[in-house]
Amino acid sequence: MEFRQYLASNHKLEWPYPIKYGEETRVDADVLVIGGGLAGSFAAISATAAGARVIIADKAPIVRSGSAGPGIDHWSRCNTNPCAAYAPDEMLEVNPPDPYSAAHVNYIAMNEAWACAKELESYGLVIRDENDEYAGAAYRDPETKLMFAYDYAAKDVLRLKGGEQLKPILYREMKRIGVEMYERVFVTKLLTEGGRSGGRVIGATGFSTRTGEFFVFNAKSTVMATANPVRLWAFASENIGSGAHEYDPHLDGDGNVMAWDAGAKLMMMERSHSGSGGRRYPSYMTGNSDNTWYGCIMVDADGKEIPWVDRDGKRLNTFDERIARAPGQRYWSPGGAKNPYRIRGPHSIADLEERILSGEYKLPFFADMTRMSDTERRGIFGLMLGAEGKTKIPVVETLTNAGFDPERDMLMANVLHPKYAGIPSEPYWDVKTAGVNGPNIRETSFLNYGGLLVDWDLRSSLKGLYAAGNQIAGASGASVAASTGRYAGRAAAAWAEACKAASPAETQIAAEKERVYAYARRDKGYGWKEIQIGLCRIMQDYCGDIKSKEVLEMGLWWLDSIRENELARAMAANPHELGRILGCTVRLAVNEIIIRQCLARESSSEALGFARSDFPRDGDADGQHLVISRRDGTTLVERVPFDYCASEGTPRECYAKHSRL
Amino acid sequence: MYNAYFVPNPATPNECVSFDESKCVGCNHCVETCRCDVLMPNPEKGSPPIVLYPDECWFCGTCVADCPVGGGAITLNHPINQRICWKRKETGEIFRVKYEYMK
Repeated sequence: MEFRQYLASNHKLEWPYPIKYGEETRVDADVLVIGGGLAGSFAAISATAAGARVIIADKAPIVRSGSAGPGIDHWSRCNTNPCAAYAPDEMLEVNPPDPYSAAHVNYIAMNEAWACAKELESYGLVIRDENDEYAGAAYRDPETKLMFAYDYAAKDVLRLKGGEQLKPILYREMKRIGVEMYERVFVTKLLTEGGRSGGRVIGATGFSTRTGEFFVFNAKSTVMATANPVRLWAFASENIGSGAHEYDPHLDGDGNVMAWDAGAKLMMMERSHSGSGGRRYPSYMTGNSDNTWYGCIMVDADGKEIPWVDRDGKRLNTFDERIARAPGQRYWSPGGAKNPYRIRGPHSIADLEERILSGEYKLPFFADMTRMSDTERRGIFGLMLGAEGKTKIPVVETLTNAGFDPERDMLMANVLHPKYAGIPSEPYWDVKTAGVNGPNIRETSFLNYGGLLVDWDLRSSLKGLYAAGNQIAGASGASVAASTGRYAGRAAAAWAEACKAASPAETQIAAEKERVYAYARRDKGYGWKEIQIGLCRIMQDYCGDIKSKEVLEMGLWWLDSIRENELARAMAANPHELGRILGCTVRLAVNEIIIRQCLARESSSEALGFARSDFPRDGDADGQHLVISRRDGTTLVERVPFDYCASEGTPRECYAKHSRL
Repeated sequence: MYNAYFVPNPATPNECVSFDESKCVGCNHCVETCRCDVLMPNPEKGSPPIVLYPDECWFCGTCVADCPVGGGAITLNHPINQRICWKRKETGEIFRVKYEYMK
């Protein structure tokens, strides 16, 4: 007898929350927002401001939910702030977005990120250095007291001083304006008009992961503001948090799967990059010189400084040179030597790996903040790490309590074989080490990954369904989430005002209720962890570094088989476990979407981290995205040009027409 | 006295957060803040929450950041495989994040 069964039958401990399995609450609204992170919160606020009655549902408590729940340090694309060197249209020339990021989303964010920051300020968030704590810093504008990162002359990436309080402040604002919040409610199914695949979206159903209560949300329009799925290839079952993998265990991919299930078009789901397989340290806790630690001086075991160079290979000797442009350069973006020449910023020497292997630079390396100016040192170990998600307590407080002093001490970097270190956009010592677990461990985080194909209204291919933040194919980043949420909230409210409510199909609700509750009725069965690890194994083996028709089809066979066997026999001991099991059903479905899109792409792509042994030809030159959808059980594949959102006119014209401002 | 309990293995990480019983007032604010429901209210009112699902903790630290008592009522404990080293420049001594410092 399994121990849990023994415990349940002999010494059962009562679940601490009231049990309401089978009880149903129905709520009507103009706009339903699914996901209460940055994107969802901004969507709810802007839709309310536009006059809509708004409800928002989140798997987590909204006060700290979402990737930005613990806080955010960088607020990028503030191209309309009073200090910015480049306005949005000028920025398009200076730094055109890469084709695998959503160009319209980029333009929307450049126009609204600063407006979002100002909105946050009006709700009480500290976005400026009002008390002159960082007076004299090169990254601080003395007049506005705004602080910037990276290319200090461009002044488009804001350092959000009070970023740690971002979500509590948004939460309070939503409460104040009367947004109805449904917290710890796992939304599992979109309702469509008449229950038809591809029909107009008219709400969703979900259940409480504390009480098991069932919810039916009936809304004229729905904003999908969920996260993209992570750790699909590797799952260290007993070490979910910390540095094992980025993002929390809730990030199953609900939005993609619900939208797919309803018949919406998805794109770029085949994108991934080699992953850490659970070998990371806590994010931003090890010594490095990128992202939140940008520009930090790195030394080797003997104290020898790791040289930095500009894009032309010219050695940079001072810290000030590390934040300056190269001669003739108009703008640079973090990303090191791997960035295109045009925007390649100051970076550590590109051949560092070889020099480590030859013994010229000895491991371990250390981040030496003692050599930096006081404002730059505090800029990292204080301002940025104090505001960024998952670093205020886990990094700053933990290290400080343990005796670490950035004025005297040097923080060690990961000790890794250079061959396996660094994610695609960042160099050797970054915390997001890649590939150390060997081949076939891949990830879908920290770059622009797959999601919904959306138009200039941020509407999906389905009527009534909008998307914001990570849920949009090719969108990522905090200020992008906020901007697109704000924009999609307006669009969703306008649609809700223009259309009539539709009643959901009772058969669709009943079928979902039956599916969700089945796992909570069994007294025996597989647990979520074993299923999740099993699903990861399928992705490692059949959707790994090198793909082919044969292995991908084997993957689909495995997924079907798990769905019909182990997953059909899964059991949940309480509503919390029910959430995790339903998370497994989502993961299985998202794996299927990924594999189907991988099968449909009959070419390889370096940009997408996608290699087919049977189609090695580089498909990037085709200039097309592959779009897939499912209609009545059949997978449909089509192609759209990279500039799919340019058919209506210039970004400025489209924004003027669709932004509703 | 020797231990001889009939219990499953400890979850890993063992204790993602720990409570100082002399400081924690059992208000359950952390239970309400935790995104993953790692913490459950203690059946005994006023006592520190029960860490039911340490293996789902994301180590975001918001339970600590938002604790109304503060001052070490809750502490975040990175597991052993996540403890970081540093070197004191002047002396060359090596230190690390240790449990003794964190409790």
